This record gives sequence, structure tokens and C-alpha cells, in this order.
Amino acid sequence: MRFFNMMVGVVCALAIGASAAQAPAADPVKVGAVLSLTGSASSLGDPELKTLEMMVDQTNRAGGLLGRLVELVHYDDGSEPGKANVLAKRLIEDDKVDMLIGGTTTGASMAMYPLIERAQIPFISLAGALVIVEPVKRWMFKPAHHDRMVGQRVMLDMKARGYTSIAMLSDTSGFGQSARKEMLNVAQKVGITVAVDETFNPKDTDVTTQLAKIKNTPGVQALFVVTFGQGAVVVTKNIAQLGIELPHYETSGVATREYIRLAGPAAEGVRLPAPVLMVAADLPDSDPQKKLSVDYVREYESRYQTDVSSFGAYARDAWHIWVNAVTQARSVDKAKVRDFIENTTGLPGTSGMINMSPQDHLGLDISALKIVTVRNGKFAIAD
Amino acid sequence: MTHHPDQSLPRSRQSISGPILGPGSRRVVGLAALAAVVALLPLLLPNAFYFDVAIRIAILAVNGIALNLLMGYTGQISLGHAGFFGLGAYGSAVLTTHFGWAPLPALLAAAGLTAVIAWGVARVILRLRGHYLAMATLGLGIIISIVLGNEAAWTGGPDGMPVDGFSLFGLTLSGERQWYWVFGGLLIATVILAQNLIDSPAGRALQALHGSETAASVAGIDVGRRKIAVFVLSATVSAMLGSLSAHYSGYINPGIAGFLQSVELVIIVVLGGMASIYGSIFGAVVMGLLPQILAGYEGWDSVLFGVILVVTMIFLPRGVVPSLATRLRSAGVTGKGGAAC
Repeated sequence: MRFFNMMVGVVCALAIGASAAQAPAADPVKVGAVLSLTGSASSLGDPELKTLEMMVDQTNRAGGLLGRLVELVHYDDGSEPGKANVLAKRLIEDDKVDMLIGGTTTGASMAMYPLIERAQIPFISLAGALVIVEPVKRWMFKPAHHDRMVGQRVMLDMKARGYTSIAMLSDTSGFGQSARKEMLNVAQKVGITVAVDETFNPKDTDVTTQLAKIKNTPGVQALFVVTFGQGAVVVTKNIAQLGIELPHYETSGVATREYIRLAGPAAEGVRLPAPVLMVAADLPDSDPQKKLSVDYVREYESRYQTDVSSFGAYARDAWHIWVNAVTQARSVDKAKVRDFIENTTGLPGTSGMINMSPQDHLGLDISALKIVTVRNGKFAIAD
Repeated sequence: MTHHPDQSLPRSRQSISGPILGPGSRRVVGLAALAAVVALLPLLLPNAFYFDVAIRIAILAVNGIALNLLMGYTGQISLGHAGFFGLGAYGSAVLTTHFGWAPLPALLAAAGLTAVIAWGVARVILRLRGHYLAMATLGLGIIISIVLGNEAAWTGGPDGMPVDGFSLFGLTLSGERQWYWVFGGLLIATVILAQNLIDSPAGRALQALHGSETAASVAGIDVGRRKIAVFVLSATVSAMLGSLSAHYSGYINPGIAGFLQSVELVIIVVLGGMASIYGSIFGAVVMGLLPQILAGYEGWDSVLFGVILVVTMIFLPRGVVPSLATRLRSAGVTGKGGAAC
């Protein structure tokens, strides 16, 4: 074990060598993060880490927090929830962090939570599913919209446009299946009939079979595709190939420029609910979300020379929720910080105005999602 | 326990007991050393995270030994062993969460169910050999993890489900320090059981059919029955371990039964050494520690991990413990008898 200690010490020394040399007398405030940097969720975890590193630099440049520098200790769970559990224990017990961010995926966040609760440490999850905040878990918060809100936003838009009979095409991943369940519930509540309910494997390179069935079902007025990433691109291209004219909805999971780039002209006219981040420049100047979103996009893109995504933006919001709570608590005491996170009110973030309460550890309402459409190869606020 | 270098012959062990220590006393020395390590390790572990790593190593080691009985001693490949671990874990989780069972009966029921499934499957697939057996067990493991992932109403689907702590007679195990003794004790018990099995007539029959199934059946061994028995035993041990580890970690997801976990178990067996119980423990130590040591080398950890495995297999092709034992023997450190591995 001594060898192990030494190895860990050497690794840490290598990683933080330069910054440690100029640290002030007080110990740094430690933030732990477990993210999926490799494996199936790496496209989500990568912008999250980049954002957190950028946030740490910003905070330290501005004089740190409570007069102390901030240090980020992060590990990669390889998109395996079981690993996230071990790494969370490492952050809590060995690195002795003051708070935890992470769980890129719902599985990882839920795998970490039993440890979080035992250690009583504030935890902000970056994952999507409703289960993270319902029922409310005392030590866990989240800045990202959950799948039910996405469903509600889409269904309300459909309803407003007079569609009452729709087709749904969900992928078979964890995300797709848990979202599909929520979407079906929401549809029933708002009075929309799901006339066709098809699924596909997100690794499929062709889904024309399912789409042909949807095309040939009479009475269907719109198509809702519940997936993210590569799967959405394949579906979008297939829809164009089959000449399906139905209004095409996607989830917020495809709100990336990558999607438009890969799907090309086929993406034109697609409607989806997205965090305002994607259309920040189009917002009126009076909107409190505008400046911070535009600033985040500009700084991220100039620093990393790559597009922003909503996943990185969730990490940004998580960071600000925590900084805000620590500043108000004037301490990093875990219980105090937790209380102040729970009392976050009127904090503007890229995802919306955040108003948390003991009953609501998300603090966002459905207005935080804007229906956007792809127009001339860009996201634009829909009419 | 003892590894005979000549793999091709069915062997009778009585004739080759070492000149320095008989097999019995070698076993006692090995066990005493293991017990001492388990007993003294807590003095060196600074905090709960290290206890957690130690516990996970013990879990891997017990699972590795269970698989080694099948792979190393009997020569039957299983690429789906984590599936049985997952069945035990989910069996306990579902019975305690959805049906309100107490943890111990749930553990026994899950183990019993897994044994029945393993028996039914073994009757069919153990007729296969080599690559075909590997394919069949691979498929079995994948099927189990798909079922666990899809039966969301019972298992929570891909996001997994929480599991309550383990309590018995009103006492609940809590914290890494208490669980450490459970898994430490389990490891020692497994080693004793495995060694007794291997040195029994049944164990020698298993090793004989590893050497040559035809020769073994000529010698009067019921090959089919023996293979099924060891498959069921191995699966049941993994299932019970899965139940305990589900209660320990408090949360399970279908990944624990997945293909990668099965491969990890095979790596433990092959890296440590086929047909070597202490080899499996060594393999578990490497597989448990390396990812933690390499966690700081982001992006390079997988590469370093791969390089270490490849180099080990090139220079110590029969696995670390048997290869080193042979080298030590040929260097004259011990006599020509079997090493304590």
C-alpha cells in the first residue's frame, strides 16, 4: 500500500506540479469530478471536463473562492457506472474533496449516490433522467433538464400546432428507453395518441424498415424521434431518403452543431426543444440568460477551438450553482453549502433561471427550453 | 493447487509430492500466509477507500478462483461468468426490494436459482468444446445482461437499482471496515474449499479430463457429469458472491453482468496462472490495483494497462505465479516438487 500511496502521490504531483508551486498558504478548495471521458458517453463527458477546467481557471484568476484557490480532481469512469462508484469513494475518502460534480450518465450518478449520502457531501449530477431529482435526494442536485420536461415541451408544441396522432421512434439505449417511457406518459396526459411506437438500435446504420411502417400508417401527423448522437443522424438521413414529409421532432439530445453538420440538408426544418445556449445570440438583450450564454460560448470556443454543446453548459451551470452557494455560505462546510444550494433562487444559467427548493432539486421549469428549428444550417428560434 | 508442468497427461498426484514439504503442509503454509495478510492488512490501510479497493480485490479473487476451477483445472472456457455473478446480485436485489425478503434467504434463493439455471445450461453447452464452448458461454453472458437491462420494471433497466444493506438477526453490516472481514473471510474459505476439492478424488478427475477427456472416460470418469458439477459449483459461488457484493455496494446495474466483466475474470485467471489458486489471487490484486494506480494518467491508462498485460503474457506465458514458480524451481530455490501455488 505504501507503494500505491507513493504512486498516487507522484501522479498528483505531476498533474498539478506547476500550480502547486504558487499556491497560497491556505489549502485549496477541492472539487471532485467523475466523468465519462472514454466509452460510449465520452462525447458528453469531454465537453464537461473541458468546461470544468475552464471554470477552475476563471475562478482562480478572479482570486479563487473565499481567498483560497480551487483545485479540480477528476477521474474517468469509462462510461461504466460500477467504476464511478469506486472513484467517488476515492474522491471522498482519499482525495477528501469538498464537493462532487459528475456522473455524466444517470447510471453513474445513481451508482455514486449511496456513497454521497453516507459521506454527506454536496453532489451536482450532470445526467439527464428524472430519477435523479424525483423523489428528491437530500444531497443530490442537477442543472440539466430531465427527459419528462423535454417530452412536455415537445408535446405542447405538437398540441399547439394541432397534431393529436403521432409516431414515436425511440432508440434502445438506456437514455432512449427511459425517455420513451416518460414520453408515453406525457402524451397520454396531454391527449396525444401515439399511433406507432417503434424502436431502433442506436448503432444501426439503417432504420428505413421502421420509418416505412411509420410512413404507411394512416392518420399520423408528426414524428418524434427519441435518441441522441449518431442515431439521430441516421434517422434524419433515412427520413429524407424515404421522402417522409411529416413534421419531424427530435429531443434536446441532438442540440449540437455536429448533428447539423453530419445530417446536412436533411436536418432542415427539424424541430426540437433546446437550452437557450444554442440560440443565445438571437435572444433580446434584456434576457438575463443572454450575456452569460454568449460569454460561455465565446470563451469555450476560443479556448478549445471546438463547438460548444449543452453538456458542457450543464457543467458550467453546476459550477456556478456551487460557487454561488459557497459564496453565500462563506464556507465550504458541506452541510451549509448543501443548504445554500437548495436555496438557490433567481440564479441565471445557460439552461434557464434556477430556483431550487427542498421539494425541487432541479429548479428549472419548462420555459427554460425553447423550441428551435434548423434553418439554413443553423439553429434558430422557431416561430 | 499444485501445477504439474506436463499438461498432456492425466495425473495422479500422490506420486509427485515434493521432497521438502508434503502437499498437506505446503497448503497449510500458503493458507497461514494468506490469513496473515488478510488479518494484518487493515493496519496498513489509511482510509475507507483503501478498504474498498481491498474488498474489491477479494471479490475479484473469489470470482477468479471460482472460474479457475472451471477453466484452469477442468479446461472448460467460460466467457460469460459475470452473468452468474449478475444473476446472484440481481436475485438478491429483486427479492429484498420487491418482495421484502430478508437478505440471507434471498441470497440462498438467488444462489439456488442460479445453480438450477447453470445446471440446465451446462447440460446443453458443455457438450461443446474449445471455441464452440467459448461462443456458447459468451452468448449466455450477453443474454443475461440484456435481460437484466430490459426488464426495467424489476431491475430498473440500464440505470440499475439500489440495494439495501445486509442484515442478519437484526444486525446490519455497515462500512468498509466491517465488510472487509466478511470478504476477507470469504476469500480464505474459498481457498480452503478449492484446495480440498482439487486434492480430492473428484478434483483429480477434473484435472484428468482437462488433460484428455477421452483418456479420462477410459479411466472410468463420468466426464459429462463431472463437467456439469464443476460448472454449477463455479456459477453458484459467483452468484453468492454477487449477492454479497450487491448488498455491499448498495447499487447495481447490468454492467456487472456484462461481457467486459467476464473478460476481466478470464484475464485474472490467465494472468495469474491457470490451475493456480494463488495465481487467481495475484491476478485479482493486479486487476484491482492497476486501474487505481493508473487512474491519474488520463487517456494513457488503457494503453499502459494493455502494455503491462501483453508484456506479462509474452514473458510469463503460463501466468505469473506458475511461470515464476517454475523458474524458482529450476534455479534450485526449492526442490523439484510442486511449488506452493
